[in-house]
Amino acid sequence: MSIATVLNKSATLFGAKTPIPFEGLTTKIAELLSMAPTDVQNAFWTIAVGALCATCCALAGCFLVLRRMSLLGDALSHSVLAGMAAVYLVTGGVEPVPMLIGALIAGVMTAVLTQFVHKAANLPEDSSIGIVFTSLFAFGVVVVSQAKHVHLDLDCVLFGDLAFAGVDLRPMMGWLWPHSFQSLVPSLVITLLFLIVFWKELRLTSFDPVLAVTLGFSAGVMHYLLTTVVAIVTVSAMGVVGLLVVALLIVPPATARLLTNRLSTMLWLSCLLGTVATTIGYFLALKWDSSAAGLTAVVAGIELLAAIVFSPLDGLLGRTIRTVRLRTRICAEDVLAGLFRKQERGDADAGVAVSTVQECIELAGNGFPAAGSIRWLKTRQLLDHSGNRVSLTVRGYNYGRSLVRSHRLWEAYLHENFDLPHDHLHDPAEAMEHFIGPEIQRQITDELAAPAEDPHGREIPHIER
Amino acid sequence: MLGNQTLIVLIGTLLLGVASGMVGTFAVLRRRALVGDVVAHSALPGLCLSFLLFHSRSMILLLCGALVSGLLGAVVVALMKRFTRLREDAIQGIVLSVFYGGGIALTRFIQNRYRNEPGSDLESFIIGRAATMLKADVLQIAAVALVTTIIVLVLYKELTLLSFDEQFCRVQGWSTMGLDLTLMLLTAITVVVGLPAVGVVLTAALLIIPPSAARFWTDRLSTMMMIACLFGGASGVVGTLVSANISGLPTGPLIVMTSTVIFIASWLFAPHRGVVWNGNRSRDLDVDPSWLVTESQFADESPADLQIKRGSGM
Repeated sequence: MSIATVLNKSATLFGAKTPIPFEGLTTKIAELLSMAPTDVQNAFWTIAVGALCATCCALAGCFLVLRRMSLLGDALSHSVLAGMAAVYLVTGGVEPVPMLIGALIAGVMTAVLTQFVHKAANLPEDSSIGIVFTSLFAFGVVVVSQAKHVHLDLDCVLFGDLAFAGVDLRPMMGWLWPHSFQSLVPSLVITLLFLIVFWKELRLTSFDPVLAVTLGFSAGVMHYLLTTVVAIVTVSAMGVVGLLVVALLIVPPATARLLTNRLSTMLWLSCLLGTVATTIGYFLALKWDSSAAGLTAVVAGIELLAAIVFSPLDGLLGRTIRTVRLRTRICAEDVLAGLFRKQERGDADAGVAVSTVQECIELAGNGFPAAGSIRWLKTRQLLDHSGNRVSLTVRGYNYGRSLVRSHRLWEAYLHENFDLPHDHLHDPAEAMEHFIGPEIQRQITDELAAPAEDPHGREIPHIER
Repeated sequence: MLGNQTLIVLIGTLLLGVASGMVGTFAVLRRRALVGDVVAHSALPGLCLSFLLFHSRSMILLLCGALVSGLLGAVVVALMKRFTRLREDAIQGIVLSVFYGGGIALTRFIQNRYRNEPGSDLESFIIGRAATMLKADVLQIAAVALVTTIIVLVLYKELTLLSFDEQFCRVQGWSTMGLDLTLMLLTAITVVVGLPAVGVVLTAALLIIPPSAARFWTDRLSTMMMIACLFGGASGVVGTLVSANISGLPTGPLIVMTSTVIFIASWLFAPHRGVVWNGNRSRDLDVDPSWLVTESQFADESPADLQIKRGSGM
């Protein structure tokens, strides 16, 4: 057999039956879940398309969020329609390549026009964005609503068709792939190339535009290059998720921004978050018979909400817990210092300060954290509590002495170094005593040559080493 | 030539244009232009939920739901600005897209589930459908326009102060937050009333474009507001007439396109500030105040340059 016949044979083979990549895998999963193989294949391809779409959008979107250009993403997704409509008006057809070029031009035009209206007409930037994209979108809607062409569909632009992305398979290179891969794969390649080639410049112009300009990088060129890449991504993702491409562009990167301070982490994290959103959105849409793109946006919003609350960096929950802990500690320390002073004044019998729970709560400043602070003291065995009688334990006594020492040392330090009247010394010391540890105590002692008394003439309690 | 239905729609869009021109003037001067966009997009889920709750076609119920969720969107923007380190533009984009996504999901769900129920085609709210406007809808728009006018006239002095010199306004003892909330409420109501006619995506344009166009013609706030109302009303009328005479053209986008044409014409031909007018004068004798401020100051520059321009005799 000659090589030519082998090639011929394989060619007819491909022509006769185009195989689907990963078919074996999906059939296995179908068997495992006892579902129809075609359903699993649909789901598989939809998730793949969604993931690809989310990845492109997240990679470009990270820089939009960092460079405060989020609204440009929103504007682009609207004005792309105008470009497609203009191409339809001129050529009368909907060939993919001219459409893509038209949409791209419209995307870049939006950025240019926004800047032009802002500068030339001397209008605020938000107004100029609002004027440009609504006008372009209105033009697009008018043209599309008049178009008699089947493939220029307003619904598709508004809502996308993620749910059908896995059904619409086309042959490519001898295999059957989802149709949207045709535009999504090149746009992912372009985005990645852009990131790799301009990584340094992108980082520099995003975080320190002034330094970038002084070093000779043109911030303007990066701005328009990024705009072009975002336009490419928007156009290719638009067919899948429609106008809601904004949600994928902005929400996952913003979520990732809340979770990390590193750009590289932010990039892969936002890709992951976007993919999770499209996947869950797709399954919810199947379950509720609704729009996959819409639910993707909702899931992305829930992810963001979770990040706002639970983020280890700056989450609301963590912040609240830290604040409550600090307040409890400060109130508890106020109790210890108060009891120590009472004992020092000597109005306690047998050298042990005795108090009531009521008095302790008053010392802690009443209110919500007071009760917690008494519990805090008891679990640390700093207070002895029997019935209504409260006294300091040995540990509590030492703790309180250290606090009062910090307090009086600070008063002495303020008196020595600042020209403050005597009655202005107590309040700052009352705040500082909670943050002065043994190290600062030692430093102040060294600097003031081990003072014995504070400015009010009270003895600074000594701590045995 | 005009049918009864066309007349109803015409009055409705005219009033809508006037009301949004009035409110939009303050929104644009106060740099809150895109708040209207956020409110409009976040109104969609409330509209759908209100349909799911009451199963009624009554526009008032639907619009009440829309108003609640539109305001909720604005509140979420304020909260996120306070409690996260995200920037305002990102927050606006987030709230807008997430609420809009929820709305899209709900409209699709309603459309699929309640296919046979009248009024379940909530997707018409996305682009708007002015042609189906009823007399009752027009009455609502008229009521809103009236209330808006009264509030704006009563608070005219305070709102002016707020738009031009927020700090002075606060020093004078006015509650800037209260005034801002009033302005926000007015914006939200106007936007929500405009939803059935112009749709979620484009309502913001009515708030932004006519006042921006009016800005070319005058340096006085009262004149600017009147011109904005005029432009808004004119856009409504012309857009409606064009769509009534050519079948199949959607009204909302045509209204927006008309206002864009007015904007471009104003930019070109307005006296003193128009491109054509300026072309006849030697430009270097005019000191454009925007040259005096640096790029970084531009961000928080207040529209006070209005006064500077008047002072310099432009």
